[in-house]
Amino acid sequence: MLALFLRDIRLNIRAGGGALTGVIFFLAVIVTIPFGVGPDLKLLARIGPAILWIGALLSCLLGLDRLFQADREDGSLDLLVLGNDRQMLALTVLVKCLAHWAGSVLPLVIAAPLLGLFMNMEPLGIGATALTLLVGTPAITFIGAAGAAVAVALPRGGLLISVLVLPLTIPVLIFGVSASYGATANPDPFLQPFLILAALTLFLGVLGPVSAALALRHGTD
Amino acid sequence: MRLIAENLGGERGGDAVFSGIGFALEQCQALIVTGPNGSGKSTLLRIIAGLLPAAEGSVRIEGVMKVEDGGEAFPSVASACHYLGHQNAMKPALSVAENLRFWRDFNGDGQLGVEEALETVGLGGIGHLPFGYLSTGQRRRAAIARLLVSHRPLWLLDEPTAGLDKAAEARFAGLMARHCADGGMIVAATHLPLGIEGMELRMGEAG
Repeated sequence: MLALFLRDIRLNIRAGGGALTGVIFFLAVIVTIPFGVGPDLKLLARIGPAILWIGALLSCLLGLDRLFQADREDGSLDLLVLGNDRQMLALTVLVKCLAHWAGSVLPLVIAAPLLGLFMNMEPLGIGATALTLLVGTPAITFIGAAGAAVAVALPRGGLLISVLVLPLTIPVLIFGVSASYGATANPDPFLQPFLILAALTLFLGVLGPVSAALALRHGTD
Repeated sequence: MRLIAENLGGERGGDAVFSGIGFALEQCQALIVTGPNGSGKSTLLRIIAGLLPAAEGSVRIEGVMKVEDGGEAFPSVASACHYLGHQNAMKPALSVAENLRFWRDFNGDGQLGVEEALETVGLGGIGHLPFGYLSTGQRRRAAIARLLVSHRPLWLLDEPTAGLDKAAEARFAGLMARHCADGGMIVAATHLPLGIEGMELRMGEAG
């Protein structure tokens, strides 16, 4: 399993450059917002956490279609499915998700504080948003894995995955943003939405890989 | 240990491509599946591996490996087989040795290390090259080396010699003969002579 993790990380660094694409897309989304909204610094600071979350969510969806498709094209996916008796397929999927997260999504979380400066956010708000992103984005990857497994056989599955996955990520977005606001706006709580966000990640960390494994096993042809 | 298929039928896109296929393969035996294009050779192999559901009939693996091989029992055909399909299951961006090392770690250790396996298929000394730099025949040989780095009693080979030159074909025939002699089983789909002894199953003919 460690071997699979290392292989996927290595592939991510050497081949796709998926991390950089995601970060640049994230940057593009965040940088255009002030031009659209106008130079109202108070307004920017207020919508900052929400914009960062939406930008990160969209960037997460960007690379999801390659999660299984690359393995399917070169035949590795067949062998991963065949290994089910030794290495449970759901576990294999979980490891692939973690590698994908570490390779493509973690850079977004690291870039988020810098992009928060563009939104005129205060340091506490930036810290809270980065923390909620760190805890919440794995959930998006886990849901995305289920979508990617369903659409693995489709040649242009990227858009379909986004459409399938986006509605399911709404709870993650809601609790992520409300926790980020809770850290700065005083009457709002931080801990409760943050804990629900963590619970969502843990719950989807089981449900996502299991359903993705089911879809992959029945999707081979 | 035996591989038994009873009254197997397969379909592609809802159309039956074959039906009523049955065989029993003992240890040390090979089954050569021949037939024209479209007769369902690849479909049969994928059904045996469990990658496709059988339209009718069943495949199962019985018994345990001989004691001198460790006496291992396999719960399913998938856990007992190496599947070598049309694709090589190697990543072009990783080196040949990295690819093989990954499959060795994922599938479990075999008798041969990565370097020895590469020597055996005649690719010694190029393990450091990215897989993407290799020629078609070399890629196929690297994929064959994958069969050697982890141990499985059953080899399912789909056109294994596609792209290989004469010398590599002969070397591969030797490898298959050695695998059979060690108590292994081979099911190979091909339309080229493979150079090994085995039962023949002709597909795509009446009956």
